[in-house]
Amino acid sequence: MSTTGTPVLSRGGMTRKQRRLTLIGIALAVLGVAAGLVLYSLSGSITLFQSPTDIVEKNLQPGARMRLGGLVEAGSVRRGENMEVSFAVTDGRTSIQVAYRGILPDLFREGQGVVTEGVLSGDRSFRADTVLARHDENYMPKEVADSLKRQGHWKPGDPAPNPNAAGSSTPQSPARSP
Amino acid sequence: MMSPEVGHFALVLALALALVQSVVPIWGARRGDAALMATASPVALGQFAFVTLSFVVLTYAYLVSDFSVENVFQNSHSTKPLIYKISGVWGNHEGSMVLWVVILTLFSALVAVFGRNLPLTLKANVLAVQGWITVAFLLFILKTSNPFARITPAPMEGRDLNPLLQDIGLAIHPPLLYVGYVGFSMSFAFAVAALIDGKLDAAWARWVRPWTLVAWIFLTAGISMGSYWAYYELGWGGWWFWDPVENASLMPWLAGTALLHSAIVMEKREALKVWTVLLAILTFSLSLLGTFLVRSGVLTSVHAFAVDPERGVFILAILVVFIGGSLALYAWRAPTLKQGGLFAPVSREGALVLNNLFLTASCAAVFIGTLYPLALETLTGAKISVGPPFFNWTFGPLMVPLMIAMVFGPFLAWKRGDLAAVAQRLTLAFAAAILATLATYAVTTGGPVLAPLFVGLAFYVIVGAILDIAERIQLFRAPAATSLARARGLPRAAWGAAIAHAGVGVMLLGIVGETAYKQETIVQMRPGESIAVAGYDITLQGLVPVEGPNYRDLVARLTVREGGVDAGTLEPAKRVYTARAMPTTEAALKTRGMSQLYVSPGDPGTDGSIALRFFYKPMVLLIWIGTLVMMFGGLLSLSDRRLRVGAPKPSARRVAAAVQPAE
Repeated sequence: MSTTGTPVLSRGGMTRKQRRLTLIGIALAVLGVAAGLVLYSLSGSITLFQSPTDIVEKNLQPGARMRLGGLVEAGSVRRGENMEVSFAVTDGRTSIQVAYRGILPDLFREGQGVVTEGVLSGDRSFRADTVLARHDENYMPKEVADSLKRQGHWKPGDPAPNPNAAGSSTPQSPARSP
Repeated sequence: MMSPEVGHFALVLALALALVQSVVPIWGARRGDAALMATASPVALGQFAFVTLSFVVLTYAYLVSDFSVENVFQNSHSTKPLIYKISGVWGNHEGSMVLWVVILTLFSALVAVFGRNLPLTLKANVLAVQGWITVAFLLFILKTSNPFARITPAPMEGRDLNPLLQDIGLAIHPPLLYVGYVGFSMSFAFAVAALIDGKLDAAWARWVRPWTLVAWIFLTAGISMGSYWAYYELGWGGWWFWDPVENASLMPWLAGTALLHSAIVMEKREALKVWTVLLAILTFSLSLLGTFLVRSGVLTSVHAFAVDPERGVFILAILVVFIGGSLALYAWRAPTLKQGGLFAPVSREGALVLNNLFLTASCAAVFIGTLYPLALETLTGAKISVGPPFFNWTFGPLMVPLMIAMVFGPFLAWKRGDLAAVAQRLTLAFAAAILATLATYAVTTGGPVLAPLFVGLAFYVIVGAILDIAERIQLFRAPAATSLARARGLPRAAWGAAIAHAGVGVMLLGIVGETAYKQETIVQMRPGESIAVAGYDITLQGLVPVEGPNYRDLVARLTVREGGVDAGTLEPAKRVYTARAMPTTEAALKTRGMSQLYVSPGDPGTDGSIALRFFYKPMVLLIWIGTLVMMFGGLLSLSDRRLRVGAPKPSARRVAAAVQPAE
């Protein structure tokens, strides 16, 4: 995607050379600005994916923004007043309590894969502002599948842990709390 | 006759023909043997016939619900409405790849039929390159994604198409997108053929431009349709998510848009040759990359379907061979191409270079944001996600100077332009921008501080495009009859360019309205309760179960009153498709002018209540209307006389000269 070497070059004389230098200068300036924007934005808009075990083992600090993924623990979903929902996300070894307010995505179900995005609170619980969902009910979010594999709950080649494995993950927001 | 094996066999035959097309014509071109070169056309037509036959056979299996074919079993259901039985053919991996190749061979066939006055060697080389691509994709289908695989015993009922894909918008979205993606294979084939031949002139650019334009129009339509589908079908109320798969279609669009513009410079001034060839290669490479991203499942995306790693490796191999091969050829041959006309930095050419710079830089930014997580995970194992803020902060700032420059461009003379004089002629556009900005500040409350400036920018772009036409036909400066005559005489390409540019402004207006001034409320409502949203009073009448052909709905019946007057009903629903027991959300929309009220339901509570999410989206329809205007501009440009007439004649120079504004 490099635009250096833009072939507006031509051979010969001073004026041509100056023209060429001007164009190269403009091209470099644009690319420089673009590169600056990319670096600046990358530093601010990246979130790391963590499994519940990661949170405990790495002893992650409260206040950090991250994505937490795993399975929605069976029997853990509680619905409160005013669209408050709480559930536990587990990777089979550790579970983390997640609180969320808003509309859950269509494919959110107990026992199925989920990716949430939000902030870790002090007591090792997680305040999610986004719960991610997916188009295809046979799909297991890649991050979740990998993290389950690491915990030995799912070997490649097995059918998905749940035939309806859903839940899911998009970089955007099917369900975002107000 | 319609047995699936026939379809499979037709693909094998097409592969055999594609192999012939890959080798014989180019061999003929090397040896200057007209007979060998002439084999390209009939072979291309034969391939198209066989691949089409295969596609028809697959479609037939869907129509008669032949569940002994695994692909039909996985993606269809006997109770599915007819249109979704047909669209189910390309609503899955295998079928969509067959469609991809149908379109690819269609383009080859079009070159065979309409390329009569192409130089013989160029035509032979172009068709050979198309042949290579066809071979690669047919091998891919036959080796990893056979759509005609059988299962025994045949199941009684199919698993149904993913319900989200059972929608008219998504029925036509993939074919549009694919015509766009695959259409860029033509620019690619022409570029590679020119590199092989070492011949690259204005005639070449004139040949490439219509193909690029066709691909661009379809890609614009496909992206726009996909965006509208996501908006009303997914129930999230957004129209662009910077999802990797969306980005995968945006990148070739950006590169293709740059290509369209640099090809103008090449056609008119014989400058930017080497760059145009590189862009043609990059654009199709990004199309291939898009196919790879969507089909390999390497990225976490809403569009990722369960995938087979073997496919990913195969497509990766195709990518490496085609992108690597063409770039190597480029590095080897490009220095031999002769450079054309000189120009000052401030000139029409200069403006188009600027256009190319910003488009490719923004394309690079999207590329980095899309692939960085993948690269990082491969290299370090860390899993990250790059969110929309990244794209908003990189893509957005690069688009602003582009839009400012795109109004200046058409006013500048070729070779050397006068910036001050152009600025003077754009006075009206600046005035419109300032007025629109001030008016927006006065009328709106809330919203980001910068939003009115963007409204101003949109007006500047639209008025600038109108002024472009007004200037060319000397509106109000010459007598009305003269202006009318000039308007008639103005090449359609000039009209097309101005209209497409205005479309960008219209789209920007919609984007600003939706992004900066939308209102959003989520409430838990019981029947009988009301809520006020953006001047509407909305009452929940009740929750009603409704049976559909292959789904069950729980409809939230809402009545809407506007200023005390009845304004109809809204019926959003929670829907469950029975075959897969898959729930979806059906949003309901009410349109007021260009703005929309959008309601999507959440989960019903145990006490008879339901969570409802209301959006009010000002000017949102302008986003898609803007893209329609852009496409219309593209179509007008495509119907321009010089493209219809085709190969440049000696007089073409004069026609081209007449295109320039009278300075």
